[in-house]
Amino acid sequence: MVLLASSRASAWARVSRIRLPPPPNTARHFASSVIARQNAPMKQPPHSNSVLFPGAVNSKFTNELKFQRPQDLPAIPTYRLIDTHGQVVDKSREPDVGQELALKMYKDMVTTSIMDLLMYESQRQGRISFYMVSAGEEGIAVGSAAALAPDDVIFSQYREQGVMMYRGFTLDEFMNQLFANKFDYGKGRNMPIHYMSERLHMHPISSPLATQIPHSVGAAYALKLDQSSRIVVCFFGEGAASEGDFHAALNIAATRSCPVVFICRNNGFAISTPTLEQYKGDGIASRGVGYGIDTARVDGNDIMAVREVTMRARDIALKEQKPVLIEAMSYRVSHHSTSDDSFAYRAKIEVEDWKRRDNPITRMRKWLESKSWWSSEQDQELRTQVRKDILKAFARAEKEKKPALENLFLDVFKIPSRDLEEQMTELRRVIEEYPDEYDLEAFDRGKEGL
Amino acid sequence: MKNPLLPLRSLHPTIKVPRRRYAALSSGVLGKLNVPTDYSASSYLAHTSSQTYRLHTDLPEQIRSSKTKRTNYFTAVNDALRTILTTDDKSLIFGEDVSFGGVFRCTSNLTDSFGSSRIFNTPLSEQGIIGFAIGLSASGYTALPEIQFADYLFPAFDQLHNEASKMRYRSGGAEIFNAGRMVVRMPTSAVGHGGLYHSQSPEGFFLGMQGITVVIPRSPVQAKGLLIAAARGEDPVVIMEPKTLYRAAVEEVPLEEYELPIGKAEVLQAGTDVTLVTYGTMVYVAESAARAAKERLGVSVEVIDLRTVRPWDKETITKSVNKTGRCVVVHEASRTGGVGESLAGEVQERCFLRLEAPVTRVTGWDTPMPLAFEGFMVPDVVRVLDGIKRTMEY
Repeated sequence: MVLLASSRASAWARVSRIRLPPPPNTARHFASSVIARQNAPMKQPPHSNSVLFPGAVNSKFTNELKFQRPQDLPAIPTYRLIDTHGQVVDKSREPDVGQELALKMYKDMVTTSIMDLLMYESQRQGRISFYMVSAGEEGIAVGSAAALAPDDVIFSQYREQGVMMYRGFTLDEFMNQLFANKFDYGKGRNMPIHYMSERLHMHPISSPLATQIPHSVGAAYALKLDQSSRIVVCFFGEGAASEGDFHAALNIAATRSCPVVFICRNNGFAISTPTLEQYKGDGIASRGVGYGIDTARVDGNDIMAVREVTMRARDIALKEQKPVLIEAMSYRVSHHSTSDDSFAYRAKIEVEDWKRRDNPITRMRKWLESKSWWSSEQDQELRTQVRKDILKAFARAEKEKKPALENLFLDVFKIPSRDLEEQMTELRRVIEEYPDEYDLEAFDRGKEGL
Repeated sequence: MKNPLLPLRSLHPTIKVPRRRYAALSSGVLGKLNVPTDYSASSYLAHTSSQTYRLHTDLPEQIRSSKTKRTNYFTAVNDALRTILTTDDKSLIFGEDVSFGGVFRCTSNLTDSFGSSRIFNTPLSEQGIIGFAIGLSASGYTALPEIQFADYLFPAFDQLHNEASKMRYRSGGAEIFNAGRMVVRMPTSAVGHGGLYHSQSPEGFFLGMQGITVVIPRSPVQAKGLLIAAARGEDPVVIMEPKTLYRAAVEEVPLEEYELPIGKAEVLQAGTDVTLVTYGTMVYVAESAARAAKERLGVSVEVIDLRTVRPWDKETITKSVNKTGRCVVVHEASRTGGVGESLAGEVQERCFLRLEAPVTRVTGWDTPMPLAFEGFMVPDVVRVLDGIKRTMEY
């Protein structure tokens, strides 16, 4: 009896968050020795000039009482290669990109931006239910995608269509998702822009913000255990970085040394909330340093700089098996989504100014033209062709049926539970009993689809 | 089997069925009973001043001569917030994007009137918002946080469940150290194209939070009175506002301030054959189903709006079911873990000898809310009518 009680007590002590001294007559040699090893004080010689507290082993003693003031630290610089006029800033550092790759990157940005325009308009016409454009942020998406290996694993938020475009997600694949038709990989269950591709190693997008960040860390740890030559890349916005999941993710990534590159798209706005109300520190980059993570900030409108920074980050993540944080700066030229009118909270002129001042696509075009790799005729031709291709894919996807009605119930579990089978039967009964009330023409296999 | 409900044509001869244009919205629901709710024709909304006082029976006596104004749901919420801010110096509103009015416009123009120290944007962190609110409440302030969508409450569950709901209990009933001056507002339920994360009805999760009151107002008049009452009450309240009603539900709302009782259901329509208990958007579906039941089946349905879904009004429901002997519960949330389970359980214990049929539940299915099938997930008029019929024929 005594034995039973005491072993319970020591088990309890091990799981409790509050460490109590072990009760008498327990298996003391076990429980206490584990705790002792974990919390052993570090040996500190007398008159040492450093602290050696276990929580900050490199800290030096000081007699000067001084609070670290964030404003006393210089802001983390923003890396760029090409200026807003398309000129290489440091002539000795020409972007290491051949014509073919450069043109692919450019075309993917242009395709993304035209798709955005057309789909935004189609939502306005009521053809799709929702859309989010990535105007002004195409450079971050395409530039980072161009730095990765095709089998690197991607977790994204909802404004990274450029990444998918670069990786080879086809226009048909985009359109099938946007129209929630029967070819949509998510089986019509998600709102538009929630893409995924197992083929391209891109995890399904989820609406709740920042939830994918810790997922990416777990996935990176899996690659580490596999001794893989792949890494994980995780995208999110500066607003999402306020969620607890962001902090949890960076901390776990750092402590478990996970090969993941975090890419924060800092576009200045979380819906209506400007960065000034989102954080006080030096952007998101300063937090990486706080978590002990190698960090760089990059000009997101400079696609070549984004690519280079991401390549270096990938190298660090892979070779040193640890996380890296990139903060890519841009400006959200668009409204947050089709549900938003941003002129309710920011001046139109501010947006127009930004559009005029800088844009990743025009900046790259100027650079391409300066190298005589591209002309305005070619540009016009490209834009016309891309528009045609998108509209064709659009028309194909729009006329496809919705997924079969059974997809309402499938995939909740691997095999539908008895409950769900009953509920499917119930819905089938209602539809059969009231045939004039339910028109299933729009759905694959109609009434047979359930 | 010959279906006595068919044909059901010309039930709503005045309603034109709009062509559903959202591709993702093609629910296939194009029949005559399953038409989109015409709120302007609903008898549960007060379209004139006199209807306001006739329909909303528990409006307090002293405001019954107050002028009314045609007001939509989000503006009624805004009115209530303005009243609270005006009458309670220690009240504050905060959340994601509330400064410019919020994504559903409920906090419009409040920053201009009350200043940015009382109305402000927070960083994007639901756990931060609710934790911050608890701290204010436990310091004597009235905290009115907004969670942008009920779907996004979940990071704040720890704060709400482990802290707010237990704080009074944990502090031995302390005067100040409780979360009683907190009202969390959040848009909820289906809009027809919200899918997995913008159309959920997560109220069932609150059933396990012992100290939290959960209110789901059905209309502008209700939204105003219940919100003011919640802000002046002494326990933490979650108010879930059906987002599809923000613009759609319009009625004559008294200009003066008033409170409506929290914890009390309301009989919207007296009946003798079956009690239909529901709340939120579903009251309007219930209205159409009750009308169809009368016309097609000759069944008299008593429709009750629960209003407070936790803790719900046992007295009103028991009284009604003991009268009719039958009970149907309708909600959008999934069948399992929903308010219907709680209702069905209590009703069978309290009314067992009077029940002529098992309590029927017409609810969402036990699946997430899928975009393309939203119209099949949310109970429609046909499914509710069918539930009534099965209960009557049992």
